[in-house]
Amino acid sequence: MSALAQRIEAAKAQGRAALIAYLPVGYPDVDGSIAAMVAAVEAGADVIEVGVPYSDPGMDGPVIQEAVDVAVRAGVGMRDVLRAVGAVADAGAVPVVMSYWNPIERYGVDRFAADLAAAGGAGAITPDLIPDEAEEWIAASDRAGLDRVFLVAPSSTDARLAATAAASRGFVYAASTMGVTGTRATVGDAAEVLVARTRQAAPDRHVCVGLGVSNGDQAAEVAAFADGVIVGSAYVRELLEGRGAAGVRALTEDLAGGVRRAGARA
Amino acid sequence: MTTTSPPQPGELSLPARPGWPDATGHFGVFGGRFVPEALVAALDELTEAYEAMRVDPAFLAEFARLQRDYTGRPSPVTEVPKFAEHCGGARVLLKREDLNHTGSHKINNVLGQALLTKRIGKSRVIAETGAGQHGVATATAAALMGLSCTVYMGEEDTRRQALNVARMRLLGAEVIPVTTGSRTLKDAINEAFRDWVTNVETTNYVFGTVAGPHPFPAMVRDFQRVIGDEARAQVLEREGRLPDAVLACVGGGSNAIGIFTAFVPDDGVRLLGLEAGGDGVDTERHAATITGGSPGVLHGARSYLLQDEHGQTIESHSISAGLDYPGVGPEHSYLHDIGRAEYRPVTDAEAMEAFALLCRTEGIIPAIESAHALAGAMKLGQELGTGALLLVNLSGRGDKDVETASRWFGLGDREEVDPGPGLDTDQQPTEGAVSNHEAAAGQEAGEQA
Repeated sequence: MSALAQRIEAAKAQGRAALIAYLPVGYPDVDGSIAAMVAAVEAGADVIEVGVPYSDPGMDGPVIQEAVDVAVRAGVGMRDVLRAVGAVADAGAVPVVMSYWNPIERYGVDRFAADLAAAGGAGAITPDLIPDEAEEWIAASDRAGLDRVFLVAPSSTDARLAATAAASRGFVYAASTMGVTGTRATVGDAAEVLVARTRQAAPDRHVCVGLGVSNGDQAAEVAAFADGVIVGSAYVRELLEGRGAAGVRALTEDLAGGVRRAGARA
Repeated sequence: MTTTSPPQPGELSLPARPGWPDATGHFGVFGGRFVPEALVAALDELTEAYEAMRVDPAFLAEFARLQRDYTGRPSPVTEVPKFAEHCGGARVLLKREDLNHTGSHKINNVLGQALLTKRIGKSRVIAETGAGQHGVATATAAALMGLSCTVYMGEEDTRRQALNVARMRLLGAEVIPVTTGSRTLKDAINEAFRDWVTNVETTNYVFGTVAGPHPFPAMVRDFQRVIGDEARAQVLEREGRLPDAVLACVGGGSNAIGIFTAFVPDDGVRLLGLEAGGDGVDTERHAATITGGSPGVLHGARSYLLQDEHGQTIESHSISAGLDYPGVGPEHSYLHDIGRAEYRPVTDAEAMEAFALLCRTEGIIPAIESAHALAGAMKLGQELGTGALLLVNLSGRGDKDVETASRWFGLGDREEVDPGPGLDTDQQPTEGAVSNHEAAAGQEAGEQA
């Protein structure tokens, strides 16, 4: 079984959803970002999305872009990302890389897969790579035994939900709304509908929900219908506003409480 | 390769395509769709609607009517013998896209995409613009067709190009300054994609060039190929032969694809794309994507791009804002790799020399973008020699570039300066003046040409 699926199953055995935290490597600097990731692990995050900085993050809102711009200007690269992956694995969570496609292609797809596996990474989430274009990545991740997480969206047809879930391993990333990353007052019904549709299209896949979750109450709401709750911009905001690892720890405790409040899914 | 029959201007069909892209938008290894899943449904909808529209006689009649009565097509071909005296004895013909309504080839594409927007029942269009030309063209088509229009533009460009912002606003468009990333055209594209993914129910993205995810490269090519379809027939009629070479500037590459496409099956016709060499491709300040870049993924497609060792996009530099883009359309990458077209850099200084020369010898002020193609003709003419026939796409007019040129040549209050062709274009800007690059960065043009 995949490392991600295993961790999600373990959470489920505890009657809760998994908590997945996104943090970009290199903000405020490489060491600071690794410290924030470790703090999130210690406070209860099950999975860390280790973000690869990219100059043109088309799916991200202003909060994440502001942080990754700093990392890009500092020249943060895959070597730093792999170091963060190792640190997260050592701290006891499952590291999964979150990367737009070009940094992976530039590094070399096979080289990336081999180095990521060697560093202890579970796989990669690729927000701008759809399975239709992923032949090389599917082959490389198979060879390296890595998970690969593709995204589904409220606009996805049933046929695409089935095909995308079939190409995914670990979990399927359900983008809760039509839009970019960022905190929202409400996550909305679209996420629950999308999770149900994805499960119907692929009953054997885990479905985790991202885009918009920023606090424990929202996490509880999403945990009631999803296998995992993904939080990104709220974490980055803690760092942008200078609260550092302590802020990350406090946010994680709130979110970890949320995924437990929801109780076991029916 | 599928050959195309020579079409006539105004003929009521879009001519057969070359043998690419494939059904999923791939030009060999280039092109495709590297986008968030959330956009796939919209791109599929657009592809399906466009494929139906392009063979619909009612659409084709309306498109032809607009091109004739609104844009002023067909645009003429003008021979420029005095300019050609500086081209090694070659003869030079200009395809006059500068005479179109709104001043460049950009209107060809936006009219098609605005009609498509109405056909799929959407009421709002968005567009990116580097410094104004595609934004103005989109605002124009939106006003004509009663669509609401939002244009994304780098914050620095909105400040430097206040006049163009005012033009778009006069036409009823909302202009949003983009403050993310490097605050340039590439960030305006990112921001437009973010708007699109959020508002896709009501909104269509009118993309300005032959880049981006499928179907944009093929669709924009189809709307721009009228340039070459007309020119090929015009040259055959007046000369009884095809040109030896067809030249066009390449930023994103829409005017070049527009004039190349009709000639792709003509093996004897050289296709030459001129990239913006800025200070020179051996410096870090250029926008010569094919000459100085490498294959990668940017803005939804695989193509050549300017990138560092980590795959981060590198900022481009050119005196011409319309060519100041770190990517290029995937079909150009393909034509380069299969050897059907060649791409060469032209420096700022070479382009400005050609710019001045056309002004003084022929009474035509070209866009600085198009001046790169003219500079290419000066070099290629020397190589081919007497009797060669060169067809150059004059993609836009240079009214918008007067301020940049004035600074480059030190005109303005310096009455004694002669801006003639022999002028030393390497001169430094006068003290206190904005540098050539700063002045140019905000200039509109056949941007992403």
